[in-house]
Amino acid sequence: MRLLLLLCGLTFAFVGRAAETGPLKAGDAMPNLAGFALTGTVPETKGKVVLVDFWASWCGPCKESFPALGRLHEKYKDKGLVIVAIGVDETPAKFEEFLKKQKPAFAIVHDREHKVVPVFKPATMPTSYLIDRKGAVRVVHTGFKGAKTEEEYVKEIEALLAEPAS
Amino acid sequence: MKKSILLFLTALGLLGSGCSTSLVRVQPWERGNLADSLMAPDRDPLNKAMTEHGYFSREASFGGGGVGGGGCGCN
Repeated sequence: MRLLLLLCGLTFAFVGRAAETGPLKAGDAMPNLAGFALTGTVPETKGKVVLVDFWASWCGPCKESFPALGRLHEKYKDKGLVIVAIGVDETPAKFEEFLKKQKPAFAIVHDREHKVVPVFKPATMPTSYLIDRKGAVRVVHTGFKGAKTEEEYVKEIEALLAEPAS
Repeated sequence: MKKSILLFLTALGLLGSGCSTSLVRVQPWERGNLADSLMAPDRDPLNKAMTEHGYFSREASFGGGGVGGGGCGCN
């Protein structure tokens, strides 16, 4: 009987876990990235506009998005934008190889064990999240569609930078 | 009676958890192996042509690979 109760409990815990929160969306609070076991240094994001980008070395659009993210970083880093690109590669060698080719100037962290990515639950690779100065997710970009996405980023980042921090 | 209800609930829960999307789906961030070029069926044109020829001549399953033919293996 006890065993059955335990089994019953475990089953419902399992089902409950499966039905837990959905993907991070506009209006949600940004999870504290420093609270996860990520490889690399998470920059200070308090009071900043943050662009969190999930990428992988095996994803073609991610490769295309990096130069655009680099341009955004150069243009807005002194105005209060912080870009954190989170790599989800399971193979560190591929992760390193990608970075060696791309040479990004913005912050890169590695979520090798997939600790933070299930919290954001990106719908595709890449997915990026624009977070306002108060720490709320404002825009979610799924995929990267070249100049069109870059234009959208510029508009959205400028609007968020213009907002007061408190 | 109580035991049978518990058993029923457990079975229901197990069945329900089997349908859960988080258990059965490969998540977008887990597709590194699937995205590997080794997983592409047409990575080697010669291999692809030979395989298609094999299907055509040995199984008469012509027409399933995006080419014309009625499946008789005669064209």
